[in-house]
Amino acid sequence: MGRRKREPYVRLTQPLVRDSGVLRPASWDEALDRAAEGFRRNVEAGGPNAFGMFSCARATNEMNYVAQKFARAVIGTNNVDSCNRTCHAPSVAGLAKVFGSGGGTSSYQEIEDADLIVLWGSNAREAHPIFFQHVLKAVHRGARLYVVDPRQTSTAKWAHRWLRLTVGTDIPLANAIAREIIHSGLANRSFIERGTEGFEEYAASVEEWTLPVAEQVTGVPADLIRELAHAYARADRAQMSWTLGITEHHNGTDNVLSLINLSLLTGQVGRYGAGLNPLRGQNNVQGGGDMGAIPDRLPGFQDVEDPEARAAFDAAWGSQIPPYKGWNLTQMLEAMERGDMTTVYVIGENPAQSEADCEHTIKRMSNLDHVVVQDIFLTKTAQLAHVVLPATAAWCETDGTFTNSERRVQRVRKAVAPPDGARDDIELLCELARRLGHDWRYDSAEQVWDEMRALSPMHRGMSYARLADLGGIQWPCPSEESLEPTYLHARLWEADPVRRGRPAPFSVLRHSPPVDELSAEFPLRLTTGRRLDSYNTGVQSGGFSSPLRRGETLDLCPEDALDLGVVEDELVQVSSRRGAVVAPVRIDEGLRPGLAFMTFHFPDEVDVNQITIEATDPVAGTAEYKAAAIRVDKLPAVR
Amino acid sequence: MTIVDIGLPRRLIEFTVDGEQITVPEGATILSACKDIPTLCYGDTLEPANACRVCMVEVEGSRTLVPSCSRKVEPGMVVRTDTERTRHSRRMVLELLGSATDLSTTPRVSEWMAEVGADPSRFGPDAATVSQPALVDNPLYVRDYSKCILCYKCVDACGDQWQNSFAIAVAGRGFDAHISTEFSAPLPDSACVYCGNCIEVCPTGALSFRREFDKRADGTWDESAQTATTTVCTFCGVGCNLTLHVQDNEIVKVTSPHDSTVTHGNLCIKGRFGWQHVQNT
Repeated sequence: MGRRKREPYVRLTQPLVRDSGVLRPASWDEALDRAAEGFRRNVEAGGPNAFGMFSCARATNEMNYVAQKFARAVIGTNNVDSCNRTCHAPSVAGLAKVFGSGGGTSSYQEIEDADLIVLWGSNAREAHPIFFQHVLKAVHRGARLYVVDPRQTSTAKWAHRWLRLTVGTDIPLANAIAREIIHSGLANRSFIERGTEGFEEYAASVEEWTLPVAEQVTGVPADLIRELAHAYARADRAQMSWTLGITEHHNGTDNVLSLINLSLLTGQVGRYGAGLNPLRGQNNVQGGGDMGAIPDRLPGFQDVEDPEARAAFDAAWGSQIPPYKGWNLTQMLEAMERGDMTTVYVIGENPAQSEADCEHTIKRMSNLDHVVVQDIFLTKTAQLAHVVLPATAAWCETDGTFTNSERRVQRVRKAVAPPDGARDDIELLCELARRLGHDWRYDSAEQVWDEMRALSPMHRGMSYARLADLGGIQWPCPSEESLEPTYLHARLWEADPVRRGRPAPFSVLRHSPPVDELSAEFPLRLTTGRRLDSYNTGVQSGGFSSPLRRGETLDLCPEDALDLGVVEDELVQVSSRRGAVVAPVRIDEGLRPGLAFMTFHFPDEVDVNQITIEATDPVAGTAEYKAAAIRVDKLPAVR
Repeated sequence: MTIVDIGLPRRLIEFTVDGEQITVPEGATILSACKDIPTLCYGDTLEPANACRVCMVEVEGSRTLVPSCSRKVEPGMVVRTDTERTRHSRRMVLELLGSATDLSTTPRVSEWMAEVGADPSRFGPDAATVSQPALVDNPLYVRDYSKCILCYKCVDACGDQWQNSFAIAVAGRGFDAHISTEFSAPLPDSACVYCGNCIEVCPTGALSFRREFDKRADGTWDESAQTATTTVCTFCGVGCNLTLHVQDNEIVKVTSPHDSTVTHGNLCIKGRFGWQHVQNT
């Protein structure tokens, strides 16, 4: 369990197949034949739902469209998902439940034009640096910035007010803010009556969260809760943005709903400058979902259980899409354990390192009869595969589009030729489809895109030419003749009930503390996050040499370090109920006693996801990366 | 209550440039209304710094020449951009800059010098210069202050106009004024976060990617053989536009379009420098 310094990953340039337990180089024909044959064998034995597709939230919209089409039209299953499950699936689930569509509601320009910005569970300064520049523009123009975070992050240091809440008490804090708004007569009555439903039950449900009770539970002083409540309710244009501090909890969807409730209560949504914005962690996690690479939605966010929507796709694809939702990533992992899922096609994902409690994930993947991994590197996941297909890097070696956090679809262009031996993802999907009896051919990404937008009303007006001319277009964009407003849900303000459509429901939410309880044995709360110069499992960001990079550390506040008798740079053992790792200590004044922090950027050196907990959100299936219970022990002295 | 003023639509106003009637939105500067006035310190994403004095023009009724980068157009204003007076001023300014500073990597400056007949060597071989060794103290970018004209664009990009890191400022007075980190610390010991937004705005090549610096040193830097392709960064969901500068199928530099509504030309360390993984073959 020592700390190893890893060499940067090198590009895959030759297909690999597994023989007698060992991956060996193979020809393209052999690898593709074997990949297809394995899918056929497993689907014949176990039915279409024995197959699962892990699509890639970092690849293009076009690739995601073809990947989900492969699952639905070639295999006949809705078992397709991507790593949006590990981050923002609760945001999509919450926003879709309330508003009917799962995207952030505003544009970056509106952030600059806001009077008040709340960043809740978001270290945007490091994780979304260019978004934070828009925030700082607003701050320099006079907007107020409130940051809600257990840590005094570099983001919190820019805030006018920092609300330091205890990990996992977001719902109590949001409910207390709501109660204060209601009791101060600051609720937006006209919006509530016009655009929402369920207010009375909601108001009753937050009644228990008085300021003193909330202060006791959340650790945030009552004065600060009151101040934020009043500022948010009174602002002309308030923006609520959140990141994984909200979603990576066992009740992540409820957390998201608790913030949406506040916007409904005050009418801070559906107008220019007022909105709700989850900051997405992957370049195309929004687009992957929009393209239908999720188990419950077809391209264009159309419901897979809606017969009319399905009929349009079946007619276009000559398919029979199952009339029920597929399994999400978490459910697929469970199905692997049960033996119901026996084969997976993993495109550009690294679940063996990115999932919480990853030892468990590796065991489950080892159960599978046939694993095909398509990637640019031989990742930990690829090392488990039966067939490995070398792919191209979407963002610089292919053409296509990505969709960003403000729903802006932007062109991705091929700038360099891929290394010899690597092949385009869509081309590989077509090769496999053809081997499974579907004569798929696409000459260009644009052809894929045009097929998709013919089926997705919200993308219909986005031709490649228009995307280039306009610097990207935000969805929805139903017509090539016009552009929609930069913000969503203006309909909720309409006077005419027909144009207003379905009212946005308030959600009654209960506080549910983190699953991994603190105890005498595991007394410290560990939370995880990103650092400025690194990205996720570090497979890509590890490729460049950053003067800022320190490697993995266990961050402790000075008081805890003193209590434990450990000093900066000392190696310590960090254990949870699931495993243990060794990491050096770093002292961070931004933490408080009882709270520790680690990243997950260096899993080959310190595999933090061995100690995180897999307790998952029942709606969205996202794991509680943000709250593990740990203990820290000094290592025995080495002579 | 409203704190942030999001402005009202602007009126159009008329003025005259070199005898031609021009209509521009209220608030536009003379530089933005005219094509091709030479300038070094003006940045299209920055507030005017008024530092280089290369863009001076004549305004009727004004005793002195005015900097076109910051002077706003007024209705009925009469502007002349190419007179003996502006040429004389530009000639002198370019000669002074060219004698003290290495302008060998400054785009278009030799063209401008030829236009006005500037001869930086006329001050003789003993003229003071800012010549000094390049600072190579990290793997990502190089600071070659013998090329620095003190336009302050890097300071503004690092400061409250964009990055808000405040890692650099102007130190010293008079001819000794120079751009410096706190206590002249090497970059790794400074507040620098390696966003490279200073490189993006540097007009002379004083700040450059390490890759460019090394390739120039070994004579393999060839801009005519480079392509520039704009795509989108993959390191988070913000969706920053990246322009990849590619020579011999190798990414050698990354910039961002200044008219992008997402980035306004700014990136973070990952977008600016984090491409190496695709080239590790």
